[in-house]
Amino acid sequence: MTAAVTDDRDPGPRGTGGATSPVLLGLVGLVGFALLLEAAPRLGLISAEYAPPTSRIAAALVDQAGRPAFWTALGNTLRTWLSGLGISVAAGVVLGVVIGAVPLLRAVTASTIEFLRPIPSVALVPLAVLLYGTGRNGTLLLVVYASFWQVLIQVLHGVSDVDPIARETAASYRLGPWARIRYLVWPTTLPYAVTGVRLAASVALILTVTGELVLGTPGLGGEIDVAQSSNAVPAMYALVVVTGLVGVVANLVTRTAERRVLAWHPSVRKEVPI
Amino acid sequence: MSAGLRLLRRSALFLGLPVVLVGVWWFTSANSTNPYWPPLSNILTAFRETWLGDALVDDVVPSLARLAIGYGAALVVGVGFGLLIGSNRWLRSLLEPVLEFLRAIPPPVLVPIVILVAGIDDLMKVIVIVSGVVWPILLNTVEGVRGADEVLADTCRSYRIGGLLRLRQFVLRAASPQIMTGARQGLAIAIILMVISELKASTNGLGYRIVDLQRLFLITPMWSGVLLLGIIGVTLSLLFRLVESRVLNWYHGVRAAERISP
Repeated sequence: MTAAVTDDRDPGPRGTGGATSPVLLGLVGLVGFALLLEAAPRLGLISAEYAPPTSRIAAALVDQAGRPAFWTALGNTLRTWLSGLGISVAAGVVLGVVIGAVPLLRAVTASTIEFLRPIPSVALVPLAVLLYGTGRNGTLLLVVYASFWQVLIQVLHGVSDVDPIARETAASYRLGPWARIRYLVWPTTLPYAVTGVRLAASVALILTVTGELVLGTPGLGGEIDVAQSSNAVPAMYALVVVTGLVGVVANLVTRTAERRVLAWHPSVRKEVPI
Repeated sequence: MSAGLRLLRRSALFLGLPVVLVGVWWFTSANSTNPYWPPLSNILTAFRETWLGDALVDDVVPSLARLAIGYGAALVVGVGFGLLIGSNRWLRSLLEPVLEFLRAIPPPVLVPIVILVAGIDDLMKVIVIVSGVVWPILLNTVEGVRGADEVLADTCRSYRIGGLLRLRQFVLRAASPQIMTGARQGLAIAIILMVISELKASTNGLGYRIVDLQRLFLITPMWSGVLLLGIIGVTLSLLFRLVESRVLNWYHGVRAAERISP
């Protein structure tokens, strides 16, 4: 939550020495990073066998983009990732609101949630193999188990954060259960839920690729595995770059969505005179 | 009297559902003949036989040692560079896009690359753990340093507090809530990477042993391995909470005070 606040105050009042814009510097950084990785193997600082220069990775990337198999793999990865994320968000929000809204249920389940949540989802790898083989469901099991808790915990925090006065007002006006969820619980929970979705999205991507590498579910992870075993080093780096780009896009999309969905939230709070 | 009742009620709420769930698992699986779902009693017996013998020294200890070394190294590197990058606006703008990209790479895909560079021994596994864990810690440290209180920064400047004293008493302290957030995210990733680094090209370790059991269709010992990973995850997260509550004691106090009088 604090990240959203600190994001906007970067060009602070002490911006006296900063003549160059951050965007330009960032571009310089990216280009410098690429040049460094290009120069290091060429100058013999690191072996080109292990770390091919940037130009060769870029060539391999173009090469990959021409292969239909690459696009199929990318599509598979995105599908597994998004369906896993969708399932955990839906389950996390529904269960979170129900559990959070009933105090007894919350009290009874609290310890169980605390025990189940830190169980690493890779512990389920052998189970997933036994139950589903290399199918997508095995990877989905890992993805959902890992990302579900992120959403559930955030939603539970959100529901418990409902303003007591608003709650009593809703009780006085005899709002029904649905109206209460819609106008009382949901607006308070939304910011928390969105944070949960953002965290879940990156965790889900990690577990999607893990499932593809370890279980052999079709996708980018599998392509990386093939590239490694056939010693196609530049192709392997190119595919890793693609997974990174997928991650960057996911971060950008969730952060933009967060800012848009929550645009009303801090502004509403600030309007209230205390 | 009522205090005793309240304690009874609280412990009933705390233990109730876990006891019921374990009980249901125990009794529904008791006479199970399905090879995939062995009885819980057999799993517990297998747990003793599989993990409390040689495997403890051969597999569990090496895994946990690599986890500890990798996590520790990632903490040092992440906080160190985070402080450096966070306190220099120019450096931050320069490196931010690169760091965002490196962070976005799902750490498991680094396993093949690290195998290529560092071989398949312990070093590879430690590097894999470091290369995944360092990003959340680094970026959160940067955020924490950046979000430090301006008034306190000016106070430090006025009193000419600098060097190590400033670093310890102001910068590190101001960033510590964010650093702990990063460290918590990093811990979960570290456990995942500990297991994954042992699945590929390994001869010992928890991940190696559990998948080996699964390949040999020793399902009951395999289940005990799943149980062990779960116990490790829960124990480490409890330890982390303990450390966090000590380190951030002052912070929780401040937050509680703010909540009472906004």
